[in-house]
Amino acid sequence: MGSTQLPPGTDETLAATSAAVAASGEPVEMVQLLGPDGKLGTDPVFSDYAKRIDPEKLRVFYADMARIRRFDQEATALQRQGELALWVPLTGQEAAQIGSAHASQPQDYIFPTYREHGVALVRNVDLAELLKQFRGVSNGGWDPRENNFHLYTLVLAAQTLHAVGYAMGIQRDQKLALASDSNDPKAAVVAYFGDGASSEGDVHESMVFAASYDAPVVFFCQNNHWAISVPTEVQTKVPLANRAKGYGFPGIRVDGNDVIAVHAVTEWALEHAREGRGPVLIEAYTYRVGAHTTADDPTKYRELAEEAAWREKDPLDRLEKYLRTEGLADEAFFEQVQADGDELAKYVRSTTHGLEVPDIRDSFANVYAEAHPLIAEEQAWFEEYSAGFETDQEAAN
Amino acid sequence: MATMTIAKAINEGLRASLKSNPKSLLMGEDIGHLGGVYRVTDGLIKEFGADRVVDSPLAESGIVGTAIGLALRGYAPVCEIQFDGFVYPAFNQITTQLAKIHARSHGRLTVPVVIRIPYGGGIGSIEHHSESPEALFAHTAGLRIISPSNAHDAYWMIQKAIECQDPVIFFEPKRRYWLKGEVDVENAGLSEGPFKAHVVREGTDATIVAYGPLVPVALAAADAAIEDGRSIEVIDLRSISPLDFDTVEASVKKTGRLIVAHEAPTFGGIGGEIAARISERAFLHLEAPVIRVGGFHMPYPVAKVEEDYLPDIDKILEALDRSLAY
Repeated sequence: MGSTQLPPGTDETLAATSAAVAASGEPVEMVQLLGPDGKLGTDPVFSDYAKRIDPEKLRVFYADMARIRRFDQEATALQRQGELALWVPLTGQEAAQIGSAHASQPQDYIFPTYREHGVALVRNVDLAELLKQFRGVSNGGWDPRENNFHLYTLVLAAQTLHAVGYAMGIQRDQKLALASDSNDPKAAVVAYFGDGASSEGDVHESMVFAASYDAPVVFFCQNNHWAISVPTEVQTKVPLANRAKGYGFPGIRVDGNDVIAVHAVTEWALEHAREGRGPVLIEAYTYRVGAHTTADDPTKYRELAEEAAWREKDPLDRLEKYLRTEGLADEAFFEQVQADGDELAKYVRSTTHGLEVPDIRDSFANVYAEAHPLIAEEQAWFEEYSAGFETDQEAAN
Repeated sequence: MATMTIAKAINEGLRASLKSNPKSLLMGEDIGHLGGVYRVTDGLIKEFGADRVVDSPLAESGIVGTAIGLALRGYAPVCEIQFDGFVYPAFNQITTQLAKIHARSHGRLTVPVVIRIPYGGGIGSIEHHSESPEALFAHTAGLRIISPSNAHDAYWMIQKAIECQDPVIFFEPKRRYWLKGEVDVENAGLSEGPFKAHVVREGTDATIVAYGPLVPVALAAADAAIEDGRSIEVIDLRSISPLDFDTVEASVKKTGRLIVAHEAPTFGGIGGEIAARISERAFLHLEAPVIRVGGFHMPYPVAKVEEDYLPDIDKILEALDRSLAY
C-alpha cells in the first residue's frame, strides 16, 4: 500500500491533530475526499473507489446517517425518561459507521463494540432489538447470524480477538470451498473498536494473530478522541493508524466525518482482506459530540470550543452541502428523510415500551447448551419457592 | 486393551477427535513441531498439518479469544495453556466471554471451546508451574471443568470434552502424565460421560473424595488404612463443574464420613462447596464433620518445600483419624 497523497483542503484538519500526534515526529496523512466545505477532492488511490458510489448510493448514505442520528436522539430521550438504563450516543460518528458498514458485503461478519448503532442499521438489525440490552431485558437482543452482525461486547477489545478467530475460520472454510469447487463468495470480518480500547492488550494480541496468519480482518478504529474522560493523547503517542506498520500490515487514517472517504477506504480494505492479502487497520478520525454514555458529563472534562470546532466538520452537513450543490437531491428528498426519521423514532419509542420483561426461567435455560444438574436443581428449587407464594396467595384469598 | 501413559492417552484422544471431526483443531504455544512442552500433542502436526495443529503466538488471551472466534464460525478448537499459572492472562476471555456467549445470545450461539491446562504440583518446578486454579473457574457459570486421573478416562474424557457443546476446561494432572494404565479404545465403559463421578474403591467406614492428581494418593491412603482395620470408599470426582453430588451423597449415606482432598488451597475451594452441600443433603447421616485436606492459604510454595504443602497419604490418614474419632 503506497502512501496516499493528501487532497487539498485538509490543512485545517491537520492542524487540529493532537499534540501527541505531532510529538511522534511523523507526518500524519489522512484520506479525505469530501471536505467540511462540501467540496469533493481527489486522492490518487481512493478516488477510484469513490467513483463507484453513484448518486443513489450517496442519498442512501445521507438518509441512513440522518435516520441513525434521529434514532440516537430518541434513545437518549428514552434514557432521560427512565425507559432505558443507559444509552451510548453516536452523534458525530455517523459517517464513520454508515460509510464503513455500506462497504461490507452480506457474507462479511461484523464484530461491533457497543456504539455501532449505525452499523447495525445498515446490517438490517431491528433497532428496537438493539435497545433490549439498554432496557435491561436482554444481554443481546438479536440473532447475530441473521445479518452477520455480532452482539455488542461491553468488555473493551475482547471482540477484536473473536474477529480474528472468526476470520481464521473463514480462511479454513475457503480452503475447504476451494477443494470442493464451491462458488461461495469470499468473506472478511470487520472488528470495530475505539481509541480507548486500542490501549487494551487484546487489541495488540489480535493484531499479532491477524498478522501472523494473514487473517481476512479489517480493524476499524473509530478514534472519537475521548475514552469517557481520557483523551487520545493518553492512549497513544503516535497516530493510531501508524501502529499497523509495527505489526506488518497497512494502516490508514481516514477522515471519519467524510462518508465518501470512509466508504472508499473500507471497501479497499475489505477487498484486500477478502483476496487473502491480510489484515488492514483503519483509523477513522472522528469525534463523539455527545457524552460517552448518558452517565457522564462532557462539560467536566473538555472544552466547549473543541466540541464547537468539531460540529463545523459535521458529517451530515457536508454531505447535504454536496448533494445540494451538485443537484443530486432536492428539498423533497430532505423532507422525506426527516419524515422517515420521525417515523423510525416513533416506532422505536412504541416498541421499547412494549418490550416484554423476560422470565428468569429463560436465564436458567441458556446458561449451558447441554443439560446441567446444578441448573436443574436450582431451577427446581426456584419453582418450588415461587409456588409457595402462590399457595400463600390462594390461602389469603 | 492398550497400556499407555496419561500423556499418550490424551494424545491418542486428540488424534481420534482430529480424525473424526474435520472442524476440530488444536491451538497453543509450542504444540506443533515440539509437540508441547509435555509432548502431549507429539506428532499431530505431521499428521494433520499446521491448519489443524496451530503453533500460536505467545499470548494466552489471544489463544482463547481467537478460539472463541473460530468456534463462532463453526469450529471446535482445543487450546493448550502451557502451565496452570499462565492461564490468568486468558482469564478475562474465559470468564467474561467464553462462559457467557451462549447465555447472552439466548442460546443462539454455542462456543464449544476446550481449554487444556496442565495443572498441579509435585514436579519440583519453579513459580507459576504448579498451581491449581480450578475453583476460580468453577465459580463461573457457563463453564464445565473436568480432570481425569487415569489413562482410560484421559483418552475418553478429552474426546467427550471436544464433542460437548459447552466450553470445557480440561485440567490435566501433570505429575501423572507418565502414569500408565489400561485404555479400552473400543469402549468408554462405565463412563456415562465425563461429568459423572466414579466410585473407584468400595468401602464402609468413610469416604474420600478426590480428583485428578490426588486420586492415586487417596487410593494409597485407603490401602494404608486397611492396616488399622478401616474400610475406605474412594470417589474420583472426574468433573469439578458440574459436581456429581448424587454420587458423593450416596456414598456418605453409606459410610457416614467424608474427607475431601485437593491440591488447591482449602479456603474458598471446591472442598468447601462439597462440605456445604453434603451438610445440607445428608446432615443426619454424617457421623463427623466433613474434613478438607488441601493446600494452605499461600502462593504455591517453592519446590524444595512443596512436600509440606501437598496433600499426601499421611495428611489424608490424619484427616481420617480425626473423622473416625467422632
